[in-house]
Amino acid sequence: MKDAEYILEMDNIGKTFPGVKALDGVNFKVKRGEIHCLVGENGAGKSTLMKILSGVYPSGTFTGRIILNSTEQHFRSIEDSEKAGIAIIHQELALIPELTIYENIFLGHEIKKGPFIDWNETIIKAKEVLKRIRVNINPETKVKDVGVGVQQLVEIGKALSKDVKLLILDEPTAALSEVDCDNLLQILRELKKQGITCIMISHKLKEVISIADTITVLRDGKTITSIDATKRKVEEKEIIKYMVGREIEDIYPKREGVKYGDVCFELKNWTAFDPSKGREILHNINFKVHKGEIVGIAGLMGAGRTEMALSIFGNTKHYIIKGELYVNGVKKHLSSPEKAIKEKIVYVTEDRKGNGLVLIQDIKFNIPLSNLKQLLKGLFIDQHEEVNAANKFFNELNIKARSIEQVVGTLSGGNQQKVSVAKGLFTLPDLLILDEPTRGIDVGAKFEIYTIMNELVKRGMSIIMISSELPEILGMSDRIYVMSNGTMTGVIDAKDATEEKIMEMATA
Amino acid sequence: MKELGVILRKNIRDYGMFIALAVIFVLFTILTNGTFISPYNISSLINQTGYIAVLATGMTLVIIVRQIDLSVGFLSGFLGAIAAILMMNYHVPAILAILIVLALGAVIGLFFGVLIAKVGIPAFVVTLAGMISFHGLLLFATQAGGTINITDKFFNEIGNGFIPSFGKIGGFAVSTLVIGLIGIVLFIYFQFKARNTKKKYNFEVLPMPFFIAKIAFIVALIAALILVLAMNNGISWTFVIVFVVVSIFTVILNKTAFGRHIYAVGGNPEAAELSGINVANVLIYTFVIMETLTALSGILFASRMQSASPTAGTGFELLAIAGAFIGGCSANGGVGKVTGSLIGSLVMVSLTNGMDLMGLGSSIQYVIQGIILVLAVVFDILTRRSQAVG
Ligand SMILES: Nc1ncnc2c1ncn2[C@@H]1O[C@H](COP(=O)(O)OP(=O)(O)OP(=O)(O)O)[C@@H](O)[C@H]1O
Ligand SMILES: [Mg+2]
Repeated sequence: MKDAEYILEMDNIGKTFPGVKALDGVNFKVKRGEIHCLVGENGAGKSTLMKILSGVYPSGTFTGRIILNSTEQHFRSIEDSEKAGIAIIHQELALIPELTIYENIFLGHEIKKGPFIDWNETIIKAKEVLKRIRVNINPETKVKDVGVGVQQLVEIGKALSKDVKLLILDEPTAALSEVDCDNLLQILRELKKQGITCIMISHKLKEVISIADTITVLRDGKTITSIDATKRKVEEKEIIKYMVGREIEDIYPKREGVKYGDVCFELKNWTAFDPSKGREILHNINFKVHKGEIVGIAGLMGAGRTEMALSIFGNTKHYIIKGELYVNGVKKHLSSPEKAIKEKIVYVTEDRKGNGLVLIQDIKFNIPLSNLKQLLKGLFIDQHEEVNAANKFFNELNIKARSIEQVVGTLSGGNQQKVSVAKGLFTLPDLLILDEPTRGIDVGAKFEIYTIMNELVKRGMSIIMISSELPEILGMSDRIYVMSNGTMTGVIDAKDATEEKIMEMATA
Repeated sequence: MKELGVILRKNIRDYGMFIALAVIFVLFTILTNGTFISPYNISSLINQTGYIAVLATGMTLVIIVRQIDLSVGFLSGFLGAIAAILMMNYHVPAILAILIVLALGAVIGLFFGVLIAKVGIPAFVVTLAGMISFHGLLLFATQAGGTINITDKFFNEIGNGFIPSFGKIGGFAVSTLVIGLIGIVLFIYFQFKARNTKKKYNFEVLPMPFFIAKIAFIVALIAALILVLAMNNGISWTFVIVFVVVSIFTVILNKTAFGRHIYAVGGNPEAAELSGINVANVLIYTFVIMETLTALSGILFASRMQSASPTAGTGFELLAIAGAFIGGCSANGGVGKVTGSLIGSLVMVSLTNGMDLMGLGSSIQYVIQGIILVLAVVFDILTRRSQAVG
């Protein structure tokens, strides 16, 4: 009985939030020992389904049955699901940056000798876990000192240390570079050999196709289909069609007759020293952007791309900067984001939860926040203008929410990202810096964002796009700069660029 | 019926303070054999709430931006004493004395704000130091005679006087009745207008029967209050001042860019910074406002007491902070309403007033106030948690 074909059956699951039916009769079956990918548009209900499975939403707050190893389960908390061998790694990482890797791995289930923590044993066990996930780093390193790729693996290590049978990963690769992604997928394949079943949510369809044994598609809170990928090769197009209900021909829309104007932004010999790290993080960077141009910045995690963007955008991290910055040929000193926005430069962060959005406020509060004066009539904010502005982006970006009064923290990850982008667009900048603009966004919405980007540059705006997704860099940019270790290692015209050439410069 | 349950659960945070207020009113009315609810006591309850409500208004802003101010009690006492000294010892006209004290409050706020926002000292430390120093300064200022009596008529009118009544009809002050009536009509008009605008934008609104019930409830409260006041001496000047202060700050928080900045800084300071908001300046302005309102509170209290004493302002910070929390400010920042804090202050002052009437000593009163403060925050955290899970 114990070794039934399915380790998990979720039967007719329904979940309602005030005003939204997030899940509406979802059926979801996972075979023992497989890697099962869950895909669907932003707000389709993927994260919600996994939160139900892992006890985040306790039994009784949803309808339907969860059957694990042929017995029905009623998880009242995350601890309950962990006892049953389920571990979830959420869309947003939950590590404590100031603690070491081994402390993080055993946080919440410390190894004890009597009343005290047995640190020696902890470190030994941590080393074993790290070996399983092939991390070659001293477990005594603090989490804040390793890259996102390793952090993601540490999360997996944490799950492994709890003796997990069913591992749930909610968009584990969204924040990872290509190399880190491949590495992670490789680890998942190895865990599969060790008998661990995996459920993975992802918007990166290429990796889904490469790793999945089964692909289940959710749309509007319903199961659309489950495809057995072991029997035949699945095409990206097919999945997209199930996801969005229509076909998307080319996800990188082409611009006709690209013509760009004069240089509108330039950095000369730009060097930044980070006092908190005690070292130079940007070395002698020269960089320019023309009017009406999309400049892509490629590079590996930690290459210094975000640091460069922040050093331009008002330097909130208080780096010590040497070098010159020109806006439309005039030398400027942008000492705060406020000043940068006045110069019509705006930065859309890669970390929407951390420093992008006010999560406890609603959509119409967040979208105009960087440019409230646009809404002022005399001294006061004009409610009519406010609602119109928010509704415009709500419709244009197809944000999925009850209304513009929904609190941003309760939106699905991808829809939060759309609000974050909308907030940048509302400032009507001349230079828009987008840091990983499509992180966690579904294909349909990506297409919408790309279309808007093209629209904006056609009207004369310039865009700097930092991205770890090479196809996106190649598909959208006019020129591509590549960074590595805080240095610009090259610049290349998009028409001459290939993934290989970029990777070569990125690892230089 | 199910709908009612959902609405109640969603708004439990808002209704909680009204429930607390109702419980306190019923309880003390019974315990004091009706003295608590007598027109005279309600009228003085309103005036006592005045100087706390003004503090709680400022405290609302401070708590929204994730800060705290422990100094407001003794600062209000000290600034009240300054006003008294200016008028009594230096014969400064009352108006000028008031302006000087308000300006002094603003300067102290600026100083606090710079220490907190620019130098980076936690507000807790700065205002704790302030609390101790102002206590010392208050004792120093009132050292000579212990208590400074204020004999300025105009000044004392602020805390004790009433608006002209224009005669009485059946024992009710005419002007108060008229103002009350106009107030109620305007209130109903604006509620309907706001509801219609919301509907126009397809926002969620309370279903009509609940909306009517809510309005009827609030109108009944206002009407009862107006009638009780009119039976006594009518609307007091303190009432007018509090009304103006609360209105101004409600508008500032809801309708101006500065108000948005306050909520943004409290909700997510990093995001506020990257949105081009000058976070340091927002914090500084907030403390300037807080300490200016503290000065106003000191004036109201000194005026009401017609004197400045060495114990003036003792424990006000607790009442104001508790009032703000009861009124819906979140301990995590980013959330709060001035009108809520007004009701919260009324809860705290009713509690004090009721216990005074019962003849309870101040020792036991402090203990009870402390417990209420903790309960208010526990209630806040629990209701928010249950809402987050949906
Ligand atoms: N606490 C909540 N309150 C109200 N609505 C919620 C809450 N949590 C989720 N929702 C809604 O439920 C729906 C499903 O959200 P969910 O996070 O499961 O989407 P998702 O498929 O994971 O999307 P993404 O790919 O963007 O992460 C969304 O419409 C979202 O707005
Ligand atoms: Mg999700």
